[in-house]
Amino acid sequence: MLTLTLLGLLVLLALGVSAPFIRPDRLALRLVHGGVGGVALALGIAAAIRLVAGGEVSELDLPLGLPWMGTHFRLDDLACFFMAAINLAAALVMVFADGYAARQPEPTRALAPLPIFLAACNLVLLANDAFVFLLAWEMMSIASWLLVLANHREDESRHAAYVYLAMASLSVLLLLLAFGALAGIDGDYRFAALREATERPPMATLAVVLAMLGAGAKAGLVPLHVWLPLAHPAAPSHVSALLSGVMVKIALYGLARFLFDLVGAPAWWWGVVLVVAGAASALIGILYALMQRDLKRVLAYSTIENVGVITFALGLSLCFRASELFDLSALALAGALAHALNHALFKSLMFCGAGVILEATHLRDLERMGGLVRRMPYASLFMLMGSLAASSLPPLNGFVSEWLIFQTVFASSALHDNLPRLIVPLMGAVLALSAALAAVAFVRAFGLAFLGRPRSVEAERAVEPGGTMMTGLALLAGGCLLLGVFPVVTLSLAESAAHGVIGVSLPAGAVGWIVLAPLGSGGAAYAGFIVFLALLGLAVGTRPLLARLWAERRRRAAAWDCGFPDASPSTQYTASSFSQPLRRVFGTAFFRARETVDMPAPGDARPARLEIRLIDPAWDWGVEPIRRAVEAATLRLNATQFLSIRRYLSLMFGALVTLLLIVAATQQ
Amino acid sequence: MIRTAIAGTLLQLLHLLVALAAAPLLLGVTRFAKSRLQSRRGPSPIQPYRDLLRLMRKETVLAHDASWIFRATPYLVFSLMVIAAGMVPMFALDLPLASAGDLIAIVALLATARFFQSLAGLDIGTAFGGIGASRDALIGSLAEPAVLMVAFALALVAGTTALPAIARFVLSGGVGVDVSLALALIALLIVAIAENGRIPVDNPATHLELTMVHEAMVLEYSGRNLALIEAAQMLKLLIFVSLVAALFAPWGLAAGDVLDLLELGGGLLIFLLHLLVGAAVIAIFEVSIAKMRVFRVVEFLGAALILAVLAVVFRFVAEAS
Repeated sequence: MLTLTLLGLLVLLALGVSAPFIRPDRLALRLVHGGVGGVALALGIAAAIRLVAGGEVSELDLPLGLPWMGTHFRLDDLACFFMAAINLAAALVMVFADGYAARQPEPTRALAPLPIFLAACNLVLLANDAFVFLLAWEMMSIASWLLVLANHREDESRHAAYVYLAMASLSVLLLLLAFGALAGIDGDYRFAALREATERPPMATLAVVLAMLGAGAKAGLVPLHVWLPLAHPAAPSHVSALLSGVMVKIALYGLARFLFDLVGAPAWWWGVVLVVAGAASALIGILYALMQRDLKRVLAYSTIENVGVITFALGLSLCFRASELFDLSALALAGALAHALNHALFKSLMFCGAGVILEATHLRDLERMGGLVRRMPYASLFMLMGSLAASSLPPLNGFVSEWLIFQTVFASSALHDNLPRLIVPLMGAVLALSAALAAVAFVRAFGLAFLGRPRSVEAERAVEPGGTMMTGLALLAGGCLLLGVFPVVTLSLAESAAHGVIGVSLPAGAVGWIVLAPLGSGGAAYAGFIVFLALLGLAVGTRPLLARLWAERRRRAAAWDCGFPDASPSTQYTASSFSQPLRRVFGTAFFRARETVDMPAPGDARPARLEIRLIDPAWDWGVEPIRRAVEAATLRLNATQFLSIRRYLSLMFGALVTLLLIVAATQQ
Repeated sequence: MIRTAIAGTLLQLLHLLVALAAAPLLLGVTRFAKSRLQSRRGPSPIQPYRDLLRLMRKETVLAHDASWIFRATPYLVFSLMVIAAGMVPMFALDLPLASAGDLIAIVALLATARFFQSLAGLDIGTAFGGIGASRDALIGSLAEPAVLMVAFALALVAGTTALPAIARFVLSGGVGVDVSLALALIALLIVAIAENGRIPVDNPATHLELTMVHEAMVLEYSGRNLALIEAAQMLKLLIFVSLVAALFAPWGLAAGDVLDLLELGGGLLIFLLHLLVGAAVIAIFEVSIAKMRVFRVVEFLGAALILAVLAVVFRFVAEAS
């Protein structure tokens, strides 16, 4: 299986390298998207089957790469789960991409990096030494940077790609240092050696902190999220779907691999840090999403929220593990993994749907959309399902994993340490708040884009595209519904992976085809299938029943609207006015939201203006000072570019002496 | 095996029929009690039945811009409420549907109903629909976490979020007077008031545009669609009254063999008593307080959230010490 997987990755690499040479463009698009989709589908299905069948951990060492080390690959349950999740999502996105990419201004620009990106993502999962891991991680970053740059003629894309590259470099640097700190000075960088280390190295704490920061920066945890809301909207929509559905999951995999596998038994505070960081990301992410007018930015910020939810569950699992409550730890981990898979599906669906809207209207601004449900009936149905899933509402898939995570939060009173016992419920309240706000954010996004009356000519004239774009949406939406109605599919995969990591199974009968009872029979249960059937039966059956009792008479007329005749579409609620109450309640503290009203004097003909200012604290207080410091330092150092040879030599001599002094001092 | 399955189905059907029949009565009695407290004659307690019948017979007028979401919403919201009502014990504890969803699932079903109702508010493209949806979102986003925290506090006490199991635990006398349970009760009551659009959060009787929340959202509905929305709203009130009763005062509900008719009859009587007490409490509360303006509601609901979180924290502290 491992060898076959590596061969599949080679096919992807070959596809990426040859893509620029295939003519004509139409053929290249078909070949690349079809090839990537096919390989991803094969990998995803193979990984899922291996996970359920319970295959052995397989390892492979190749005499490539660094001469004293070689390269090491390994396929275990955790890697298998992520491989299934990202590849299945990617395969479905490729169906959409086949129709979508052809309509882009320069469709072939994203072709070469696309297969390489997916190959690199899979390679991260297979890595069994720090060298392969970091190499694949960096490949993933650079390929995705090229993907973000696909629309390179727009300033927005270039800026986003630049910020993204800086944050990705920071992430890989932090991870490099983390591995260094873990392995020690003359350490062995094979994962097997790190895993088997009997005593925890002295700098393990530092390594853990660095890994959290490094993987967190890549996953988009607050406050390291600044690149995410820039890069996701700037990229073409299928790339946004891949970034959000696939790459962010790989970052979370890195976090899980490091904390659950490489460093050994967890200290109690690791989990607490992740729980707090996750809850903060969830709340702040979804509050940002509520303030945005750009549909793809709303989705990007919602990704931050979901990354927060997954990180929260990972942290909870670590907390339980530190308290040696292994069955609850496995349950929390299963919840985190299930949410990762569910998010990969519904966020890919939402980004692809945003791509369909973009194609039909060339709009991303919610305040210029409206009424699309009448112009784009199928897209609106699929997006409605995506919105329900993203709001964690039954009977879609997002609800199942959030429900599972809440069940584990409710079991947190079993924790041994007092601080996590107090912090986990508080953060659980934050998580509940962000789940409720997510529903508001998606009512707002869906309602303003699809409902009401068109707010612009473009929205009025939208034409729903057909072909593989809509097939892709339909498949993704179908996946969300299927996993919501039969959560056993997700959870048996997640359970196997959690079993592989923690070594404990969930209680017997916890995951059934009809009923989920994660804490054993008699405890809390949820039956998605029954809820779905009942909802379908009642909603469909009520109508003919009522029609039989009382004959129905129906008539179309102008809207009542309390008697206001023929109001202009501009009197409708807008994205900004919809979130005004929440902005007033939460925004003044978090984002320093300020509203200024410019009301012209009576008789003055100019229009009144309402201006809303928000800041992103992570940008203004985090990134901006660092950027300024770096700029100032580089300006200073500029002078050293134009020295004479004599000065350069003396600089080198000085550096040498300093290094020797440091070595001499540390050797004592 | 088959016998219990049939008995369970019968009980569930009876439960749903009783819930559907009792929901308008609860609202009618509440209005009746309220008008008597205000020294008005008020309409008879069975007026909501007449209203629903009248709306069912009336012609349905749809706005030109109404989409399929607007037309599907009444049926969806009504169905979601019926399913949620089917999960809450009212006169008997062991409902088959109760094993299909716990307290969190019930909260989520109500949230789904809110989701669709907000969408329907935005669908016609009028400012009133928007104002209703936006304000309802504000209320819901604070009320839902508060209920989840109440569920958390109960889960800490009873060890589960399954409603029959919590009720059983309370019945077993395992809990005495408990500070965190009292806080949870207050939080749940505040949420119940807000979720049902009662004074002081929203005024169900108002038709003054700028103070409406729920009414603004459903402003464009008429005829049969409006009847379904109103019925769903009545069911929601019943769900919350039964929820409070089942969680904090489950004494007398039929708990044993589902075919024990005597016990079922006793459960029904207790259920009727719960409704009357619930209606009286709401009526007294509503006549003794004025409606708040929208941004005061945040403090009101924020208090519920804080109380619920405090309930959880107290419980943790009590267990730790």
